[in-house]
Amino acid sequence: MDILGFVANLFADYTLRQVAMGSAVLGIVNGVLGSFAVLRKQSLLGDGISHAALPGIALAFLLTGSKSSLTLLLGAAAAGWVGTLLIMSIVKHTRVKYDSALGLVLSVFFGFGLVLLTYIQKLPVATQAGLDKFLFGQAATLLRKDVVTIGILGGIVVAFLLVFWKEFKLVSFDPDFAVSLGFPVRMLDILLTTLLVFAIVIGLQTVGVVLMSAMVVAPAAAARQWTDRLGVMVAVSGIFGALAGVSGALVSSAAARIPTGPTIVLCASAIVFFSLLLAPNRGMAWSWVREQINRRQLQTEAVLGDLYVLARQHREPGHGHPVEVLRTMAHGHGGVDRSLKVLKERGLVQETGSGEWALTPRGMEEGGRLSRQWREIP
Amino acid sequence: MTAPQIEIQLIATVVAVSCALPGCFLILRRMAMMSDAISHSILVGIAVGFFVIRDLASPFLVLFAALTGVVTVSLVELLTRTKRVREDAAIGLIFPALFSIGVILISRYAGDVHLDVDAVLLGELAFAPFNRLTVLGYDIGPKGLALMAGILLLNLLFILIFYKELKLATFDEGLAGALGFSPAVIHYGLMTIVSITAVGAFDAVGSVLVVALMIAPPATAYLITDRLSTMLALSCLIGAICAVSGYWAAHALDASIAGSMASMTGMFFLAAFLAAPNRGLAAIFLRRARQRVEFAQTMLLVHLYNHEGLPGEQRENHVAHLHEHLKWEPPFAGRIVGAAERRGSISRDGDRLLLTDRGREIARQAMVG
Repeated sequence: MDILGFVANLFADYTLRQVAMGSAVLGIVNGVLGSFAVLRKQSLLGDGISHAALPGIALAFLLTGSKSSLTLLLGAAAAGWVGTLLIMSIVKHTRVKYDSALGLVLSVFFGFGLVLLTYIQKLPVATQAGLDKFLFGQAATLLRKDVVTIGILGGIVVAFLLVFWKEFKLVSFDPDFAVSLGFPVRMLDILLTTLLVFAIVIGLQTVGVVLMSAMVVAPAAAARQWTDRLGVMVAVSGIFGALAGVSGALVSSAAARIPTGPTIVLCASAIVFFSLLLAPNRGMAWSWVREQINRRQLQTEAVLGDLYVLARQHREPGHGHPVEVLRTMAHGHGGVDRSLKVLKERGLVQETGSGEWALTPRGMEEGGRLSRQWREIP
Repeated sequence: MTAPQIEIQLIATVVAVSCALPGCFLILRRMAMMSDAISHSILVGIAVGFFVIRDLASPFLVLFAALTGVVTVSLVELLTRTKRVREDAAIGLIFPALFSIGVILISRYAGDVHLDVDAVLLGELAFAPFNRLTVLGYDIGPKGLALMAGILLLNLLFILIFYKELKLATFDEGLAGALGFSPAVIHYGLMTIVSITAVGAFDAVGSVLVVALMIAPPATAYLITDRLSTMLALSCLIGAICAVSGYWAAHALDASIAGSMASMTGMFFLAAFLAAPNRGLAAIFLRRARQRVEFAQTMLLVHLYNHEGLPGEQRENHVAHLHEHLKWEPPFAGRIVGAAERRGSISRDGDRLLLTDRGREIARQAMVG
């Protein structure tokens, strides 16, 4: 019997199921919360929170000696929260700007976290192994109880979001109006940021502190391309997050020596790329197509207009004008031949000789209408 | 101190100073997070370059990776210009993607060579002295030191030569453009410098801590001074102190040198945040308290002046009455009265308060002004 195959199967069956479920939850929760972060111009706050969480993980381990995911996650959340408050208070009390405060807190906290991690690694206890998995994430280390913890925390976060949906929506789009209505905007602000902290912390074990921020930004930025409605955006973002999480985690579990975090991030980036290109309305491919159609129409109208001007300058309307003249009048913008073909099909121009064109009576009418229309443009 | 220890501190200092110089302009131009983006995404350049050149300390690798940094900046700008995402989101999309490609390349294909994922984050400052540079058979020092010294020189030259242009483009981009300096050239020049510095420092302190060295010392200096030249000098000094003290802290704890340096920069910022003259929290609170007393004294004088010589003066200009009229708690009222008395703007007759000539003058001015 093929022992390797058997082991691989067993591994696939149990671990893959945990991995898929854990990644799905983290993807959904971060996609949902990320929508608010992106809309509130806090895309990079996730970067700060996830890096700032590292010393929290190390301290939680140092203080309790436990590696249970709940302990470490709470430690991470506390540190992430402290980091966020620090950023806010630096911005509020000094002239250091938001971006500097963010970069400062994230790098200093991370550096302190590395000091603690390297310190822990030298300690003569056997249980410390595995903490460095939090750097880039290792989906394969997810156990059933980790998934349960992630699921419960994620559920609470999403539940809070749904309960305060209306308030969060208002605070995100028009904080001044919210203040004038008497909502406790500052409290809501802190609550929403706290939820974001928990969302990020959930993903640390799978994606890692270094890249977790991408899970906040990417699904939301992708979802933003598909809709203009907050509710739809949040739902789509959750689905994208889950998709990226599951596909990335599965790919990295299947192949050797691929850390999970980067793989998930690349899957999320692919979704963003696809959305930027192909989403209806906002997709760049469609804008390009629209641009081409507009351009052709303008070219055709310009040729018709040029012919009309030429016809007005000559006595007999049926006099043909060489295509070279039309090309010159189009300033080399091109599309003259194509435009003539289109106009001919519509019965507006006729070829009077080889390479010579004139307007038909209907073409004269159309040209007159067009020139009056253009004159109205201020 | 052994020779390697001195060399490590020397490299750390050179790295910190090289990072602080362009860092000043980054934080003034509100582009601090660009250093985060660049220091992460150059990993792709390092990974690809490493497969081609096979030498981590080669100057060509530095150029290659620096190019990646500039490409990152351009990609962010390109993405922002599509108007589909905002700039902060664009940064948050581009650099994780590039960094991920770099990490996967390294852990997949370079796992058994001298480049691994931990080194990417932690740097390998402790090993830097083992990699020697020999010229004509003579050992002239660690390769890392030579590389970083070159980068420091480049940064110094860049800032000295373009000091005026950088200053103008940083504080008044519109004027710089109007006077004919191209802000775009300055911008990309600075980004190139940041990229080159990040690549060089990367090897020593890892990607995230480059950010700490670029942002924290300049931010600390920014809280202390209002002059650009002082800020540059001060942030270099702070960076250097952090490098040396960070090394010894790491030595004591037997922990990551780079992480310890970053922690030190954080300590310095915290100290400045709390205690910087004029801009620190302590100074702000002291100033507010002083202003409160100052304002209350003026209020008191105006109150006394208003009732001076009028029928109710006996009752109004009385310590006990301040609580009713100005809503002051008795201890506070006592403090203010004491302060005004010490300054010679009032005098006391029992519990009655009388304006002095000086106090009357101040009250009159306050009411006119």
